[in-house]
Amino acid sequence: MKTEEMKQVFARPQALNPVQTHFCPGCQHGVIHRLVAQAMDAFDIQGQTIGVASVGCSVFLYGYFGIDVIEAPHGRAPAVATGAKRVHPRRPVFTYQGDGDLAAIGTSEILHTANRGEPITVIFVNNTTYGMTGGQMAPTTLPSQKTSTSPYGRDESKDGYPIKMTEILAGLEGTAYAARVAVDTPQRVIQAGKAIKKAFQTQVEDNRFAFVEVLSTCPTNWGMNPLEANARVAEEMIPYFPLGVFKDVSA
Amino acid sequence: MNHDVFMAGFGGQGVLLIGNLLAYATILEGNNASYFPAYGVEKRGGAANCTVVMSDGAVGSPVVGEPEAALLMNPAAMEQFYPRVRKGGMALLNSSLIEDDGSSRSDLTLVRIPANEMALEIGDSRLVNMVMLGGYVEYSRVVARDALKEALKEVLPERNHRFLPMNHNALEAGAAFVREALA
Amino acid sequence: MTKRLFVKGNEAVAMGALEAGCRYYFGYPITPQSDIPEYISREMPALGGEFIQAESEIASINMLLGASACGARAMTSSSSPGISLKQEGISYMAGSECPGLIVNISRSGPGLGGIDASQADYFQATKGGGHGGYHIIVLAPASVQEMYDLTMHAFDLSDRYRVPAMILADAVIGQMKEALDPHPYKAPADLPPKDWALTGSGTREVNKVVKSLYLGVGELEQHNLKLHRKYAQMQEQEVRCEGYELEDAQLVVTAYGSTARIAHTAVRIARREGYKVGLLRPITLFPFPKQAYRDHTANGQKVLCVELNTGQMVDDVRLAVPQAEVDFYGRAPGAGSLPTPEEIFAQIRLHCEVH
Repeated sequence: MKTEEMKQVFARPQALNPVQTHFCPGCQHGVIHRLVAQAMDAFDIQGQTIGVASVGCSVFLYGYFGIDVIEAPHGRAPAVATGAKRVHPRRPVFTYQGDGDLAAIGTSEILHTANRGEPITVIFVNNTTYGMTGGQMAPTTLPSQKTSTSPYGRDESKDGYPIKMTEILAGLEGTAYAARVAVDTPQRVIQAGKAIKKAFQTQVEDNRFAFVEVLSTCPTNWGMNPLEANARVAEEMIPYFPLGVFKDVSA
Repeated sequence: MNHDVFMAGFGGQGVLLIGNLLAYATILEGNNASYFPAYGVEKRGGAANCTVVMSDGAVGSPVVGEPEAALLMNPAAMEQFYPRVRKGGMALLNSSLIEDDGSSRSDLTLVRIPANEMALEIGDSRLVNMVMLGGYVEYSRVVARDALKEALKEVLPERNHRFLPMNHNALEAGAAFVREALA
Repeated sequence: MTKRLFVKGNEAVAMGALEAGCRYYFGYPITPQSDIPEYISREMPALGGEFIQAESEIASINMLLGASACGARAMTSSSSPGISLKQEGISYMAGSECPGLIVNISRSGPGLGGIDASQADYFQATKGGGHGGYHIIVLAPASVQEMYDLTMHAFDLSDRYRVPAMILADAVIGQMKEALDPHPYKAPADLPPKDWALTGSGTREVNKVVKSLYLGVGELEQHNLKLHRKYAQMQEQEVRCEGYELEDAQLVVTAYGSTARIAHTAVRIARREGYKVGLLRPITLFPFPKQAYRDHTANGQKVLCVELNTGQMVDDVRLAVPQAEVDFYGRAPGAGSLPTPEEIFAQIRLHCEVH
């Protein structure tokens, strides 16, 4: 077959830099990064977008996306994004945060940013653990899940319950779009891509606050190989963290 | 020119208003003044006091330990601040509310002024503060009463300007009382 | 000449900020500085700027970080307990070289303390109140006029050096009213353009990043050395202080902000009584006017440092003039502990007569 006859069906998104990531094998940050980049490509906004990186494995956002980036203190990305958005109201602004960052130390910032209806997009990656610091118990760690700081398993009577941020944020007037997705199967990757695109659309076209929670893996800290980790998403996480669109005011 | 005055009473007596007015009038005349308020944490009914320091040069400290003059508008103010008035200074006591005759000190000029009664006579019990201020300005001559009236016009919102004549009367009455008392 | 106004120190800060082109304010209410957000919330809409009453001090400082990273003149204000909450963000701003104004109308502490005037935040302000060994610019106004002027100056310094700046005052300077000559702001002609600020990468080859994380071997050390070179440069070029009756003074009283005002009157009383006393008032607390202390103690003059705390700035004075005799008089902040001019005069007399 001649090469000029070949049809390109898959390519690196424009918004994603042609570099190798530092993520562990089987980690799904890479897939989620690609979906975010594809969403920026879809609206042709790479040249305007300001990303806000959080503290955790996703802190190196600026290395992977070809966009301007502010690195926020732990949990504060939505507040930093608020400041940026007020200065550049026509520029798309998004945060990319993990579960420790958004659902523990940063609960105040995310809640109030959503409640103000700040027109930003928030990508929330939930892998039920603190990845970068070595697998400690997260606010989303599942009941009985063993981590380096819950060596006997999460005990709800003492540690409380895995927090469902999408449901909480969907309950706020300021939130226009809230969805939970996963990237453990090709079909779900496509669904996740649509949700992330919708979350950017909500900001870019409707000037409203949008939130997407992406269930993700952490094979290294879960002590699993990539396949086992991927399987755990459907087996353990989705039953507790149901997928779906919890709020869409445009629907 | 260097003067300072301490004013004290309870919230609602308009202590802070006349402090403001005096400092502003001083500034309108081209001199300098600081107005420093101190009031309770609670917004209403607490003690209210302020210090006004006036100078034709730089105003130094906005707080004064021993004020040159004091306007004392209720018994609590009397009890707390009368002993602090500078030797050779002046105290203006609202005798409508303060029973103490001030005789515990002989080293200052004392004027007892029935400010509540005078205010009522002029037409509004809320004019107590203006009566006291008129009296102080008569004593200190730190600003012209016209400057006070000018300042009052700027401080009062337009819709309240109909009360200006009554306030002017209170300033004048206070001044006349002190003039007579010191004569 | 514009008309002289009669306003509170806090209002003067707000007016100076707006005049200097600050169009972004983020804050949270706390006594005794709420006049600042109240004024700005009233005036900002007509100027087309943004005012956000944030959910916390922490959110406020991070909004400031975000706005600053995008090149805007922006500010926050608070009082001591709130400034403590902001320290994380201030450290990140310092590390990320984000300019911006933080106003601390400080109150007494520790903890909830009280709402009275205090100078007990001197260490926190001047020594880098958060983690990591940085400094911010600290200016200490002593009048309503200076609240206005130094607020403008703070923005200029902060933009010039890409170092956060703080106005450090207290309830005396913030709550008192004085005459204000509200002159128009004039930007220094040589302020560098903010070519580092985020705009959305556009057609640029390289995207801009505002960050404080440096993991490569030697990277962070270089970054810290760069920050410290800026501090050294400020020490050379940006120190401000004011002298009063210093020429023949044998005792140099030194104080900043509210206590400098009180000490000013004390010195005036002392001069009237024939004592050879002067006042040295630092206006920049960081950078600290070390040379002025050297100059005014060169002939064996003694120093009396007066503060509304139990002794903080006095450490910097002693470091500046280790050969000089430096005494301290302070009051621990709290209701009723504001010193009076008479009280400071008594200290002056004591020092002049004992020695």
